[in-house]
Amino acid sequence: MDPNLITSTQAAVDPVFMFIFGACLLLLVGITAVMVWFVIRYHRSRAPAPTSCCEGNVWLEIAWTLLPTLLVLAMFYYGWAGYLALRNVPKGAMEVTATARMWSWNFTYTNGKSSSKLYVPAGKPVKVNLVATDVLHGFYLPAFRVKRDLVPGMTNYAWFIATKPGSYDLFCSQYCGTGHSAMITTVEALPPAEFLAWLNHREGGEHRGKELLEKHGCLGCHSLDGSAKIGPTFKGIYRSSVRFMAAGKPMTATVDDAYLTESIVKPSAKIVEGFPAIMPTYPDLTVEEVKVMVEFIEGLK
Amino acid sequence: MNSSEYSPATPSSFWNDTGSSGITAWIFSTDHKRIGLLYFWSVLSFFLVAVVLGLLLRIELMAPGRTIMGPETYNALFTVHGAIMVFLFIIPGFPGAFGNLVMPIQIGARDVSFPRLNLFSWWLYMIGAAVIITALFTGGGAPDTGWTFYVPFSARSGTNVSLAVFGVFIVGFSSIVTGVNFVTTIHRLRAPGMSWDRLPLFVWSLYATAWVQILATPILGITLLLIIAERVLGVGLFDPVKGGDPVMYQHLFWIYSHPAVYIMILPAMGVISEIIPVFSRKPVFGYKMIAFSSIAIAAAGSLVWGHHMFTSGISDRAILIFSFLTFVVAIPSAIKVFNWVSTLYRGSISLEAPMLYALSFIILFSIGGLTGLILGAAATDIHVHDTHFVVGHFHYVIFGGSGFALFGAMHYWLPKFYGRRYAEKPAVVAWGLMFVGFNITYFTMMVLGMKGMPRRYYDYLPEFAPLNLVATVGSWILAVGLVLMLVNLIRGLRGGEPVGDNPWGGATLEWTVPSPPPTENFPEEPVVTHGPYDFSKSGMP
Ligand code: HEM
Ligand SMILES: [Cu+2]
Ligand SMILES: [Cu+2]
Repeated sequence: MDPNLITSTQAAVDPVFMFIFGACLLLLVGITAVMVWFVIRYHRSRAPAPTSCCEGNVWLEIAWTLLPTLLVLAMFYYGWAGYLALRNVPKGAMEVTATARMWSWNFTYTNGKSSSKLYVPAGKPVKVNLVATDVLHGFYLPAFRVKRDLVPGMTNYAWFIATKPGSYDLFCSQYCGTGHSAMITTVEALPPAEFLAWLNHREGGEHRGKELLEKHGCLGCHSLDGSAKIGPTFKGIYRSSVRFMAAGKPMTATVDDAYLTESIVKPSAKIVEGFPAIMPTYPDLTVEEVKVMVEFIEGLK
Repeated sequence: MNSSEYSPATPSSFWNDTGSSGITAWIFSTDHKRIGLLYFWSVLSFFLVAVVLGLLLRIELMAPGRTIMGPETYNALFTVHGAIMVFLFIIPGFPGAFGNLVMPIQIGARDVSFPRLNLFSWWLYMIGAAVIITALFTGGGAPDTGWTFYVPFSARSGTNVSLAVFGVFIVGFSSIVTGVNFVTTIHRLRAPGMSWDRLPLFVWSLYATAWVQILATPILGITLLLIIAERVLGVGLFDPVKGGDPVMYQHLFWIYSHPAVYIMILPAMGVISEIIPVFSRKPVFGYKMIAFSSIAIAAAGSLVWGHHMFTSGISDRAILIFSFLTFVVAIPSAIKVFNWVSTLYRGSISLEAPMLYALSFIILFSIGGLTGLILGAAATDIHVHDTHFVVGHFHYVIFGGSGFALFGAMHYWLPKFYGRRYAEKPAVVAWGLMFVGFNITYFTMMVLGMKGMPRRYYDYLPEFAPLNLVATVGSWILAVGLVLMLVNLIRGLRGGEPVGDNPWGGATLEWTVPSPPPTENFPEEPVVTHGPYDFSKSGMP
């Protein structure tokens, strides 16, 4: 199929759904109706003895081998054609790189801008390059019928067009551990002019600490605004008193520099009550980076 | 399972043969009927445990957010639910339980070819199961990887994956051993006159299944050992940093696990092919086509594993081939359905419990198979892959299909071995509840998947809440039906009405021997003079 004739991925896939579901519905209703009819008509109360002992019929067998064969071949072909549309990226598509890690998304644009939501211009095709840093994840946009796994050591891709501005769900579809079902974000399709403004807006005053937290996926599990996620929120954490388990014993402490630093560098040392011990370690963080992050967290009141 | 107390058996029945009635007369018995019952009750116990886990999963999903458990518990529960259902319930269920109970009698043999190997198979199964259960409570606790154990997650998870996987490895051997035994038995021990074209279709289906067990299971064994090597030795076969490939693991896993689907469904189709002619009093329509399609499914089904990997990053050419082959395998299944329905034509149909299960199998299996076409077509699979659509689809096939066929087999054959039967009315009510509850639960889950709800999701967005509640309520109806069915069945087997040799009017050999059968099955070697569905010659009107 000529990729330039495809208006959107959902427009390529939905007719295939209609065709297969339609054929299946006919078959199911047909089989069920004939079965129910036979059961009623030839129930022992009406048919005390069988009136046929026919053991088969070659012509029938040929018919119900050939007809389904033709039907499934049509389904196969149609399904394949629709799939090709999902693989052939239209020319001029905007490229974005999606990086998945346990359990957050990060999208990087060609100009270096990065975001935890996927901002796109409405009406323009977008090609998403898919990278995973740790385990398998899945890039799934139900509204656009698009899905592709993110595999460590391999770069996959997917493409779509958000025909209308709006906000669309983006799920992780490939099981990746405790935070799998929390690994969701959105596609934000903006009118093209608005999108360009967003893309070229450099968040000048943004603290580098926040950028680091975003880049390393910390914000997938820790919120900045006090809302509940898989890990404790950063808001107001500094100087608060926490209860945790250390070396198997319950203890309390007041959060300070040292506590925050240890929690980042050695997450398993102290596990705050009520939270799972699942935070991964980040061996490639430098001492300086940790310091910047800690400073930023301490400023969140 | 005390031998003497509740069977109306004659002194020569297999319940009384050894003189001793203690537990050792069972767990060291080499009689295929005793081993069949050992398998049956073990498999049923694991089924019930996994059903409880499934119900807990549904309760957690009843409303968004935390309902009764946290995400780690949820992830461990669906892993254990899936692993028990697949490896400890439905794969050993048919060959181990009903294959052992019925197949030797159906071909006119005294036992299987290697009775001691048969006992060994059950022991391997129990040892493997014990290892799996140990893994749940030791080390890092129950695995949280999903029953598919995908790397790299399974190589990194801190839970007790290695031990659990080793348990599955052992269970795999019990399956291979049963397969070898059945192939040999069916080739060598058929009674005089039991030509291949007089073989009951249940035996044909076990024969096809046994080849899959023999040929495919070793690949699972190797794959599981590689996970252990990855975890313990860090060899890096699946780790890209060390030159490995995570997608390779998926190939290896599905090269076994797709054919394993046929270990689950082929014998179920065999059961249906027995029940429908008997309750229609008419020879099965298209005997040769049904027998042949079992073999065709087993053979072609070994070439379609890639349909589980359409989103994984395999090449588009691979997808083209696997999608095509998947549609090819759909054809023999369709042929079976048409032949079963045609068997009803101009028969004399009685709607007793086994027949109700068989007829509902046709509907549920058709829904499972037809939704499988959505998954086989490349374009549509992309949208629904890894969503609740898949969860709904495979429950239709393995629960609505294999599970319902197993329940049918329980009503059809267990009276033969206990000499007593269940009460009909509660059996019908239980069937109705299960059929309704089943459809409410799993059809709703398929709709959720179409709307985009991924599987293995502990939590979900509010837009999915109403349908999840419906599915959960459905699972309660299903559970009530299931409990009623089992209570009625077990009460009937213990103290129900005694049955004669041939309560249903069947024409296969198991209906010529007393209920319960004597130890050696036949007083003297039977000579087979007619086909398995030739009711005119079996003394029926
Ligand atoms: C009352 C009965 C059952 C209920 C309520 C039930 C419920 C569920 C639910 C809700 C899930 C999905 C979990 C998720 O993806 O988040 C699931 C998964 C699964 N079920 Fe069942 N189920 C039942 C019976 C069965 C039976 C009879 C079988 C097989 C013979 C089975 C095999 C599986 C498998 C293989 C999975 C996949 C596990 C995984 O994703 O790793 N279930 N079940
Ligand atoms: Cu995930
Ligand atoms: Cu498959």
